[in-house]
Amino acid sequence: MTEMTRRLLLATATAVPFAGWVRIADAAAPKDTAVFAKQIDDIITLDPGECYELSGIEMCTNIYDRLLRYEAEDLNKLVGGVAESWTVAPDGKTFTFKIRPNLKFQSGAPVTAEDVEFSLQRVVLMDKTSAFLLTQLGWSKTTVKDLVKGSGDTLTLKIAADFAPSLVLNLMTSIVASVVEKKVALANETNGDLGNGWLKTHSASSGAFKLIAWKANESVSLEAYPGFRLGAPLLKRVVVRHVPEPASQRLLLEKADADYARDLTPDQIKPLASNPDIKVESFKAANTFYMGLNLGYEPLANPKVRQAMKMLVDYDGMVKSFLAGRFFVQQSFLPLGFFGAIEYVPFKLDVAKAKGLLAEAGYKDGFAVKMAAPNVSPWTEISQSVQQTMGQAGIKVSIEPMELKAVISQYRGRGHQIAMLSWGPDYFDPHTNADTFAHNDDNSDTAKSKPLAWRNKWFIPDITKEMLAAAKELDAKKRAEQYVVLQKKVTDEGPFILMFQNTNQIARRATTTGFNPGITEDLNFYRTIRKS
Amino acid sequence: MTSPTAQGAASAAPAWGLARSLANRTTRSLLSVALTFLGLTCVTFFIGRVIPIDPVLAIVGDKASAETYARVRAEIGLDLPIPVQYWRYLVKVVHGDFGNSVITSRPVLHDLLQVFPATLELALLALLIGVVAGVPMGVLAATHRGRWQDQVIRFLSLLGYSMPVFWLGLIGLLLFYARLGWVEGPGRLDVAFDDIVAPIIGMITIDSLLAGEYEVFWNAFWHLLLPASILGYLSLAYVARMTRSFMLAQLRQEYVLAALAKGLSPWRVVWVHALGNVWVQLVTVIALTFGSLLEGAVLTETVFAWPGLGLYMKNSLFNADLNAVLGATVLVGVVYIGLNMISDLIYPLVDPRARDQ
Repeated sequence: MTEMTRRLLLATATAVPFAGWVRIADAAAPKDTAVFAKQIDDIITLDPGECYELSGIEMCTNIYDRLLRYEAEDLNKLVGGVAESWTVAPDGKTFTFKIRPNLKFQSGAPVTAEDVEFSLQRVVLMDKTSAFLLTQLGWSKTTVKDLVKGSGDTLTLKIAADFAPSLVLNLMTSIVASVVEKKVALANETNGDLGNGWLKTHSASSGAFKLIAWKANESVSLEAYPGFRLGAPLLKRVVVRHVPEPASQRLLLEKADADYARDLTPDQIKPLASNPDIKVESFKAANTFYMGLNLGYEPLANPKVRQAMKMLVDYDGMVKSFLAGRFFVQQSFLPLGFFGAIEYVPFKLDVAKAKGLLAEAGYKDGFAVKMAAPNVSPWTEISQSVQQTMGQAGIKVSIEPMELKAVISQYRGRGHQIAMLSWGPDYFDPHTNADTFAHNDDNSDTAKSKPLAWRNKWFIPDITKEMLAAAKELDAKKRAEQYVVLQKKVTDEGPFILMFQNTNQIARRATTTGFNPGITEDLNFYRTIRKS
Repeated sequence: MTSPTAQGAASAAPAWGLARSLANRTTRSLLSVALTFLGLTCVTFFIGRVIPIDPVLAIVGDKASAETYARVRAEIGLDLPIPVQYWRYLVKVVHGDFGNSVITSRPVLHDLLQVFPATLELALLALLIGVVAGVPMGVLAATHRGRWQDQVIRFLSLLGYSMPVFWLGLIGLLLFYARLGWVEGPGRLDVAFDDIVAPIIGMITIDSLLAGEYEVFWNAFWHLLLPASILGYLSLAYVARMTRSFMLAQLRQEYVLAALAKGLSPWRVVWVHALGNVWVQLVTVIALTFGSLLEGAVLTETVFAWPGLGLYMKNSLFNADLNAVLGATVLVGVVYIGLNMISDLIYPLVDPRARDQ
């Protein structure tokens, strides 16, 4: 064999694996299918009686109908889901719902009050993470069967707690009020689990979409249900693909292999602005980004120190620079868009005033403090900014970056000095946030309830009473006023440096429209998506 | 002339010796495997228990009531002394039960059997690219030491070593997927081809061929090619450098000079005799490369949204899903042990001296 032949053979052997690259790509998301590129690795179940992760809630929102709803057509108007109408007894403790006639599950069976009764009861009986949403109504494993009753077209709920009717009705729009087909769930029951094991990966619903497949860390496939109460979804299929890397999401979107990219970072969003095939939209979300100050650490127990620290954060500077487009300043524990929420921004960066307050508090030269923060963007950038501005008044912040769950573990055990985190509401009512930011009437380590105020050792029996009074106030106007007072107290006096509310930035193909996410995942509807 | 019986005995003796040698090796390997396995489970279990993340949180979330938290903590046995927890875990693992994953709510073993084929598919093609291209490149570099061929191959190897796989993956996607359109993008299949082929062994390319779904096969292949090539390039860099180094050592041996002096063609001397003596070392290199491809594809799987073992381990870690982390770690350990055993078994086949030891 000649030297030339040998070289040729070698070159060929080397080139063979790469030669296959010569091909023309032809794929794009099909016309009747909407494809999302999204991080969905938080999904651990799609049983609506158990699911409590953000992506899971979004899926269940589209798979299951609920007793009541805020619909895509008007995200601020409470309307019936499977319920056609409802009445509240004068004592505010008994709620009667009339179930719509002629509603059908995807199996073809009619939706009855017994199905709704079963769906609500199983949440309490299974006692999964989300059960607290219903047990706070005074329902327990032993009482729920007496307090939740359905027969024919009538469902009756009795609550054994003092709650405003509006709060109870809002709870009936949350994921725990999803209606599961009783017969199918029980037919797939294993060891008395009320169908939980089966429903993690299957659906028994009357919602706009049917769950075709959930492949963990890979995708969720949904198929339109033509018999849905509000008419068939505009597209036949929705596929949500788990794409962990934002840069990969962007490429999929640009190549039209995805219609929506949900987790793009600002550096991914910016170049897309000049692409005529892509549109970027911002939607208000409901997460509150804040720092929790543990009053167990001596300097932080001083109200003047806390006041000073609230003036040592460059709120505006951050939202105008590295947080631009993703956050806006909101220094209240209620996100804008919620009932009773106020636009309250009493603090801005004021180093001179903060120094004066520190001197009055006896910390003229500042002090050292540790701050636990998640080790990913935007936490890292926010914590560095805070470290720099607090340093201007002599407060030496030592950042302890760690995995999010490690921060939460430390925070729940009250082991932090400062913890930087976010909080998202559980349902569409102000009580959800008030109950954690303004609730601590037992500051002991063995307290039954461990809300955020407890985690920061802020003992507030009086404010807790005010918060509970707001929760059961029947008059909506008075209730809103009570929340205004509570918000101001928590912002001004509390151990929280409330900083930002976030927005969802979503990039989509210009030809795909109709997905306009709401303030929580309960309001993210796929049925209105269309492709031209 | 020897009798047929004596001839038979003479031929049976080496075969028996080889069998006995293999049996001894296997026994020793199994003993070593058992001890390694025990150490592996012990270390991973205790590391899992000392990390500052509360595994109960991963299950119930931050907002669960104190009662729910306590119930789940007891359910997963975290209220027991750690040695008792370990013993229970070990007994279960020996019976093939790694517990349930928090992320998927399914048995970890079931998950591993689902994600491992995806990684195996990726790693096998990557290894094929690495070996088929890397070995000849290494030989070429050695036979052309100091010349331009050597310089180019060494440069390419260095590049493969030093470039972060994450960056390489993104650039690969940008160029070959987004700009040139030569390959498919992230994921294992296009949406249009989802759920057409039922899993048989879990490798979509093989499953689709077995099912006769050739369109699915080609779609899966174009999805597979880029991540496998990126990983393959990294293993190529290692294999080529090691092959070059081993070959240089062989080419300095006197038997090479003697063979050339006897008139053997340089091609035969290099590719048959010298390379033949390098295979023992290369088997180890290839086994280690394969092992690292199986467990080290985390970043590649992240960039390419490839639902394999690496991505599964990453998600499990970030979600404090200890059962899944332990299960996956034990699997990776077992794979390494298995590869070591296979290497041990291959040595006598490629090196007669190893049979006599």
